[in-house]
Parts: sequence; C-alpha cells; structure tokens
Amino acid sequence: MLLQRYADNDLFGSLRDMQRLQNSLNRLLTASVPLEASAEFPPINVWTSENGAIVRAEIPGVAPEDVDISLVNDTLTLRGSRNPEELKEGESRHRQERGYGQFARSLQLPFGVEADHVQAKFSNGVLQITLPRAEAEKPRRISVVSES
Amino acid sequence: MPNELMEMNKQEVSTQGSAEQTRTHKLYTPITDIYESKEQLVLLADMPGVKQDGVDITLEQNILTIYGHVEQSELPGYKLTYAEYGIGSYQRVFALSNEIDRDGIQASVKNGVLKLVLPKSKRAMPRKIAVQTE
Repeated sequence: MLLQRYADNDLFGSLRDMQRLQNSLNRLLTASVPLEASAEFPPINVWTSENGAIVRAEIPGVAPEDVDISLVNDTLTLRGSRNPEELKEGESRHRQERGYGQFARSLQLPFGVEADHVQAKFSNGVLQITLPRAEAEKPRRISVVSES
Repeated sequence: MPNELMEMNKQEVSTQGSAEQTRTHKLYTPITDIYESKEQLVLLADMPGVKQDGVDITLEQNILTIYGHVEQSELPGYKLTYAEYGIGSYQRVFALSNEIDRDGIQASVKNGVLKLVLPKSKRAMPRKIAVQTE
C-alpha cells in the first residue's frame, strides 16, 4: 500500500530520482566542513594547523597588483576592485551576472601572526595567503619530570 | 551601496534533465557575461582556479559547451576549518542563435576569467543588398 502510494507520487516516482536524492544526501553528509553562506566578496576558505593558517580567496578578474592585503595585529584585510568591461558603440549586453566594483573584507585570526613572514600568491584568480603563527604563541609541550 | 561588489554564490550544476554526471567531484555553473557587437559575440566566465590548458570548449551545431578543470589542491598538514566556497570544475552550456565562424573562435584565460570571442560567420552578418535599376 505504502509502496504503491510512493510509486504514484511524482516526487519519488522514478528510481533515478531516488538515487539522485541519495547522491546529494551522501555528498552533503560527507563534506568535511559545511559551507557557510556568505554574500560577501570575495568568498574565503581558511585552513589551519599548529603552525599557522592559510587563507584562500576566489577573486577572478582582478589583477594581482589591484589586490591590497594588510595585516594589523591579528586582523587581515583584503581590498580591491574589479573594473567593468566597457562596451563600445554598437555592442549590447545579453547577459550580465558578474559583479563589478570595490570590495573589502576583514578577517580576525585566532592567533598572533609572524608579520614578517606572511606570504601571498595569486594564481588563476585564486589568492593564497600564508600566515605563520607567532613563535611566542605556538603551543608548547611541557614535559613532566618525575621526582623520585 | 551602488559601488559595492556583490557576488552570487557558486551554483552547483543541477542534474535535472537527461544528462547526468559520471564524475565524483563537484561541478559548478560559472557566472557569465555575454555581449554582442555586429561582428562578434564575447563571453566572459568567472572560473577561479582554472589554468589556460584546463579549458575545454566545444561547439556542436549551435550548442556551445564550456568546461574548466580545477585541480583539487590539498594543503598537507593543514585542516580546512572554515569554508565559504566549494571546489570543483566548471561547466555551462549555451544555445547560440547566431551562426558562428568556427575557425575564428578565440579563447583565453586571465586571472581566472575565461574570455571567449566568437566571430559571426559571414553568412550570418547583415548584408546590404544593392538594388539595381533596370
């Protein structure tokens, strides 16, 4: 009875739809970190380890020299702008989905940074900033000496 | 704010319709601008992480498919702790209305943006027809 009802239902009508649903569920559940929704530009991913953090941002269409990175204490700020494609006479737009203009984004890091050793590279529209943790703030192992 | 850059979140390619993906990694729809002049069609697609040689463009009849491959890059010793965007390749399909000169198509990738110049074929360009007097 129950089976019959589901089979008649459009939503679960075909086995293929079921598999598709299962696939997307699996994908959702196996993702290592859930995606945070953000309307801010650029979207960022942060990787961390004991030794520091790596921040990656997707900034397509911006030249490396047009990105300004600054670090004040433990706050990292990205600034820049993306310029619109100027239309010549006789050209018309069919579709515009990409955004233009200025952007600025700040990020507070959970630790102090060795400011002199921060590295940034920009390749294929992806900015990667490596932020080593300040030596003084690194976790230290304290060995226990037993007295006998 | 008019000058603020707003970004659409990356959209995963939906598997609605007849074609389904056979790959395990994610596939995203690149956001795209298209503009047209008398002679050509220009397409700009945001594909961060795609190298010049990772782009695959096919034009069959009037169906244009753009594909950009993104290599998964792991950071050994690091753990992803905060994520706003997913990583995967890009694909999008367009139906073109104008006849395109296939041999003249130019594609380039710069700073993660694919630029495709599709010149219109001579046949499809508007032509002036001179009227002769008898």
